[in-house]
Amino acid sequence: MRPAILFSLLLLLAIASLLFSLTSGSIDVSGQELLAIITGTDSGNELVRQVIMELRWPRTLAAFTTGALLALAGGLMQVLLRNPLADPYVLGVSGGAATGALLAMLSGLGSVWLHGSAFGGALLSMLLVFGLSRGAGSWTTSRLLLTGIVIAAGWGAIIGLLLAISPEQGLRGMLFWLMGDLSNAPMPLGSLPVLLLGLLAAIAIGRSLNILVHGEQMAGALGISIKPLRGFIYLLASLLTATAVTLAGSVGFVGLVVPHMLRLLGMRDHRLLLPAASLLGGSLLVCADTLARTLLAPRQLPVGILTALIGVPVFLVLLHHSRSLHGEER
Amino acid sequence: MSLLSTQALHITIGTTSVCCNLELKINSGDRWCVLGRNGTGKTTLLYTLAGLRPPDSGTIAVHSRALHTLPRKSVAQHIGLLFQDHTDAFPASVLETVLTGRHPWLGALQWESNQDLTLARDALQAVGLGDMETRMVNTLSGGERRRVGIACLLTQQPQLLLLDEPTNHLDIHHQIRMLDLMKEQVTNSRKALFMVMHDINLAIRYCNRFLLLFGEGETLQGTTETVLTRDNLERLYQHPLQAIPGPQGTCWLPQ
Repeated sequence: MRPAILFSLLLLLAIASLLFSLTSGSIDVSGQELLAIITGTDSGNELVRQVIMELRWPRTLAAFTTGALLALAGGLMQVLLRNPLADPYVLGVSGGAATGALLAMLSGLGSVWLHGSAFGGALLSMLLVFGLSRGAGSWTTSRLLLTGIVIAAGWGAIIGLLLAISPEQGLRGMLFWLMGDLSNAPMPLGSLPVLLLGLLAAIAIGRSLNILVHGEQMAGALGISIKPLRGFIYLLASLLTATAVTLAGSVGFVGLVVPHMLRLLGMRDHRLLLPAASLLGGSLLVCADTLARTLLAPRQLPVGILTALIGVPVFLVLLHHSRSLHGEER
Repeated sequence: MSLLSTQALHITIGTTSVCCNLELKINSGDRWCVLGRNGTGKTTLLYTLAGLRPPDSGTIAVHSRALHTLPRKSVAQHIGLLFQDHTDAFPASVLETVLTGRHPWLGALQWESNQDLTLARDALQAVGLGDMETRMVNTLSGGERRRVGIACLLTQQPQLLLLDEPTNHLDIHHQIRMLDLMKEQVTNSRKALFMVMHDINLAIRYCNRFLLLFGEGETLQGTTETVLTRDNLERLYQHPLQAIPGPQGTCWLPQ
């Protein structure tokens, strides 16, 4: 598919998902009403206006930002580790964030503390892996991967411990956080700029990423300074992930699968792939979150369940119909 | 002035020495061949000359400027390296792969121009893959993938071509075609070739300078006549050889 067509479709999908999210919920809002509220010409129902502007709009934007951050971080992590199985969480950033978040919940602290503590945990984990993987020897990809996976396993054990010792009434909130949940997500005032800057940085190094998939030595021979580039990708991907998990907990699946969906559609140039992944990841999470809060309303589901429930069949259909992974381009 | 020269170059891998006090001068028009047994460090020598790993001591100069002081990008404008093997972790088309060769010539945010595309397509034509540009590289045969690598190197347009076993995976026809192409590059555009080979007879046909790596730091260099004697070759490979006079010089066969 030509990039221009694919981008147009992705933009349409993004707009459609935003409309779907803003108009669905306990109060149904028609497209006309929504338009009137957005443009400020509505003189009528104050309640509807409040629901849209103060509840749905921040949550929708938070969902979009989270999904975009995760898809972008996933795409970067896959190139960094040159491993199609890599996702934003593989090197332990989400484990650190989860430990921070659960500790805050266990101590009964408020949501500001929760977010701060989650972000702190993510940064701690990121620096821990970065520092330890340098070690005595050189900073190789396999050393980074092993260090990250072991640290992630360590966080896993601590998370298990915290769940085991926490009182019954707190467990539900903790499980929701671990599966990814946007019901407490604030307006993403800090995260949106992080996403935009991260996206610009990713596009700027896009051509180097295209070469890095052919191997580090190859990239070196083509004039890329490998060590600074690798460090930069690691820090960028980790920071994006930390921002995402701070917003919504560890929402799974988006970061792993969205970049692959686009590769299956024939998009391989990272200067296009990464912005496209952000659009698709954002749209997917907005749709998933809308379903999470409406399917069993008034009960809310963790959004992480819905991302997988939507993503798995879509991905399998694409994989089944695609030849571009191991065959000729269509 | 030499394209690339080394002074008192010392390289070791672990505890084994690849070369000791190596003084090398690669001039334009030179076609070098590196011969040596497995594990004597031929690839390591290529990587060092390309600046991908630092030497243990000694200096490498590109146009009389120290290699380690040059920005990576300008090194890549002068020196190109064909690797022994190619890794493709994610799908990429043949044309996209060949276009990566333009990287050293493009600004950070610059996209490949039509001129770059033309260069890449010409290179694909030259290696006989002109009709395969939309194929995915991971669906190619070993020999076709090898030729994509060579096309990438042509697109990079370096003055010094470092080739690690360029005839790997190639059939007899393509071995000759690719080596003809490389020789043509050297004679027509004042470039230089420095390649690792295991086929002594092909090397004699295409190269005019030889560097023998005996292991433990001992090296020998010179022209075909001075270096490629039976004594030297038998000592190099530690295997008895038979010389058979052929139409293009002596042919060496293992006994």
